[in-house]
Amino acid sequence: MKYVRMIAGLGALSLVSGSAFAEDSSDPIKIVTNNWTSQVVLSNVIGQVLESAGDKVEYKPSDTQLQFTAIAAGDMDFQVEVWEGSMAESFDKSLKSGAVDYGAHQAVTREDWWYPSYMNEMCPGLPDWKALDACAAKLATADTGSKGRFVGPPADWGKHYSERIQALNMNFQEVPVGQAATLWAELQAAYDRKEPIVLFNWTPNFIEAKFDGHFVEFPKYDPACLTDPKWGQNPDAVYDCGAPASGYLKKVGSKELDQKWPKAAAILKKVSFTNPQIAAAAALVDVEGLTPEDAAKKWIEANQDTVKSWLQ
Amino acid sequence: MNGGGQAMAAPQIVPAPRLSLASVVVAIILLGCAAAWTWPPLQRWPVEWAIPFRDWVTQAFVWFSAAAKPVTRGLSWLLSWPLWLSEALLFRGFPALNLLPLPWVAIVGGTAILGHWAGGRGLAIFCGLSVFYLAIFGLWQDAMQTLSIVLVTVPLAAAFGLGLGLWATRNARVERVLNSVFDVMQATPHMAYLGPVVILFGFGQVPAMLATFGFALPPMARCTILGLRTVPQDVIEAGRMAGCTPGQLLWKVEIPAAEKTLMLGLNQVVMQTLAMVVIASLVGASGLGQKLLFSLQQLQIGKAVEQGVAITLIAIVLDRLTQAYIRKAPEHQATRTGFIARHPHLSLFLLLLATSGAAAAFLQAFAVPPRELTLSYGGPINSAVRWVSKELFPYIKPLRDWLTVWLMLPLRSFYLWLPWPVMLGVLAAIGYHLSGWRLALLPVCLFGFLMLAGFWEPLMLTIYLVTGATILCVLIGIPIGIWAAHSPRAAHVTRGVCDTLQTFPSFIYLIPVIMLFQTSDVSNVIAMLAYATVPAIRFTYLGLLRVPAATMEAAVASGATNWQRLRKVELPIAFPEILLGINQTIMMALAMVAITALIGSRDLGQEIYKALPGADTGRGLIAGLGIAFIGITADRLIGAWAMQRKRQLGLA
Repeated sequence: MKYVRMIAGLGALSLVSGSAFAEDSSDPIKIVTNNWTSQVVLSNVIGQVLESAGDKVEYKPSDTQLQFTAIAAGDMDFQVEVWEGSMAESFDKSLKSGAVDYGAHQAVTREDWWYPSYMNEMCPGLPDWKALDACAAKLATADTGSKGRFVGPPADWGKHYSERIQALNMNFQEVPVGQAATLWAELQAAYDRKEPIVLFNWTPNFIEAKFDGHFVEFPKYDPACLTDPKWGQNPDAVYDCGAPASGYLKKVGSKELDQKWPKAAAILKKVSFTNPQIAAAAALVDVEGLTPEDAAKKWIEANQDTVKSWLQ
Repeated sequence: MNGGGQAMAAPQIVPAPRLSLASVVVAIILLGCAAAWTWPPLQRWPVEWAIPFRDWVTQAFVWFSAAAKPVTRGLSWLLSWPLWLSEALLFRGFPALNLLPLPWVAIVGGTAILGHWAGGRGLAIFCGLSVFYLAIFGLWQDAMQTLSIVLVTVPLAAAFGLGLGLWATRNARVERVLNSVFDVMQATPHMAYLGPVVILFGFGQVPAMLATFGFALPPMARCTILGLRTVPQDVIEAGRMAGCTPGQLLWKVEIPAAEKTLMLGLNQVVMQTLAMVVIASLVGASGLGQKLLFSLQQLQIGKAVEQGVAITLIAIVLDRLTQAYIRKAPEHQATRTGFIARHPHLSLFLLLLATSGAAAAFLQAFAVPPRELTLSYGGPINSAVRWVSKELFPYIKPLRDWLTVWLMLPLRSFYLWLPWPVMLGVLAAIGYHLSGWRLALLPVCLFGFLMLAGFWEPLMLTIYLVTGATILCVLIGIPIGIWAAHSPRAAHVTRGVCDTLQTFPSFIYLIPVIMLFQTSDVSNVIAMLAYATVPAIRFTYLGLLRVPAATMEAAVASGATNWQRLRKVELPIAFPEILLGINQTIMMALAMVAITALIGSRDLGQEIYKALPGADTGRGLIAGLGIAFIGITADRLIGAWAMQRKRQLGLA
């Protein structure tokens, strides 16, 4: 049995790459899945591509922060979406304790304040942040009193929005949620009622396929904004700017990955998705209602050239 | 008992100690406020003075996990074998032997046959339909993953719980230690177990199993202790006289005599195991729990409900099957007849297995439920939730704003302002008044520890949310309980609603609550209500039912109106029972604290949730203990109060 698989593996290997001669282990590669759509579909795409190359894979659900501990410890092997905005810190820490950087995707990411399009009429001048600030009264609730309510990301995502509100002297209060699903529940409810809402959002994200909206434009990001108080319009404070409009989206693997599965590791280093490809992958599930496995299959069919370029 | 400072008050003279309690409390408040005003550290313990317990605990765990790695890895390896077997049978198959997993048709039919064997036709239909539900709603693969964990964990937890319980009944010191350990374990939220488990055992199915095991074990041990302690002495004597060996005495006399209580323990093991399904997926357990969280993430509430129902159904099927099996009378048959006649159920199952196995080898539809045949009722539920959020919001918004402005905001400001000497002093005075020095020291030590560890603000915010939830639960639950006690039909409806509310995975409530009440403290409280009102209703109902008929007749005879009877006779007599209900309500609200952290809060639950990703064991564990401490303090104070009232009513 083992030999049969080995021969099959060798066959696949010779089709796939001429360079590596080492044989991949027959143990499954443990691919991390998280709880948002694009990540799960992309993980399935990767898994199916690796399976077609003769490897065995297994999907392991994990929390977005816990996964880095797991990958560094070798309990899990590969994560396809590492977001600069929300994971950079844990990612850098995991690199020091044994995880391996598998390079960046072509896709860029953005995370910032976001509002649905119907608010353009309620608050003329959007997406400029000053127009939003002038509109604060419309966003006030019993909880926030006279201040506008900004539904922020979980408190430990390190976004410094409260500092930004202070630095830009905005009439807003941040209400942090506990998890991403809370954001979407807030958005869905407000959207159905056509109520004004400003919340934390990011791209690429399945939200784009379901809801129409825009990022608020804050003073343009500059690294100096985070370190030098003199930079920007508030001479006494840092964080008086928006988030970077194009952050990285990376891949991370375990130390064992290229030792046990050198062939797979070579493929994974080449894997790269673009923004439209990620949005399309998520839409197959969120809009067309496919399961992540079927969506991955369909995505691979539609993007044969991209997949081939990884396998070469 | 010494009532206050100087006056010795006899216990039956009620007003004297109460007066002194009030004056002591007033004195503490005035003194505490004055002290806080003159010296700020007496208002709020400075952050810089916090003792870094949490870092010590975290570091200790890191050291311990490294030192214990051979043991923990060995344990994981050992546990992975039974898990491997159940996974292979249910969904993985044996690729090395070229064997498929059990075909779904055989599992559905097999469960029905098992049901028939254990409990007859009704149970057979219920079991078969429940498992068929998993197939027809496209949840087969996930359900089998969940089931394979459950099937290993339940017997393991039940066996260890029984063992520990037996040990405790043989040794009084063990019993004392176990009792206090279980008190803390059961009052600590499920989620707090995950941190240490992750550090020690890593991620995946086995760690999830261990966390579940830790939570499901105490009720079994407790019920074992209780059950064996209450076996009548003459039953044991009879066993001895019949010449039983100690082993026979235990297995043939004591355990059968304690059967009812042991069954309750087993029931709790099953319920707790299934309650952990969703939470355990946070440390890498695949299956229904993980899919449920994924559905919620996509706002597919309907799908989440389908998955939640599946979890509940698995729980009920397992519970009914075990209950029926144990209640089943032993069969006595002539031993000479053939295999089929002796084992009709087993034979039928083997036949089913052989035919479906053969069919599955040729036709995939017999192996795994074909996806084309699956149904879904998720769509209408999604639409219904959105309809409610859209159409009912205009009516709910004023309520939400009213609650925010008049209950939550003042309550929060109050707790955050409260100087710590006042808080601790008042609790100590109440404890002393109700029971004595021990109860006075308890809250001071527990809450004092949390303050020194730098958890005062999350502690106060937790107490604030739980206070808010308890007030609303009492206002809602007690009237419903009274209504149910006076109308059998209401009782019937209420019981059904209560059962559903408690077995359904509480994560699902969160999304509709957020849609209606937004991310706010009111949302936190409302999400707790769904879970925590139940005991307030149940205990009020039970308390009122237990009011002696003679007392009621006396009240009627003396010409009391219904209202007078309720207010002057029934409620005062049921009061100790209602107090216990409030006690349970507080426990349930505390259990929800870690789950409502997902909505967004700044309390101890949030600390637990936040500690998980960074494997900050100290932070998570101390926060978890903090929740347990609130529970224990409330439990002891209310318990003492109920005792005092009972004594005054002559019921104790």
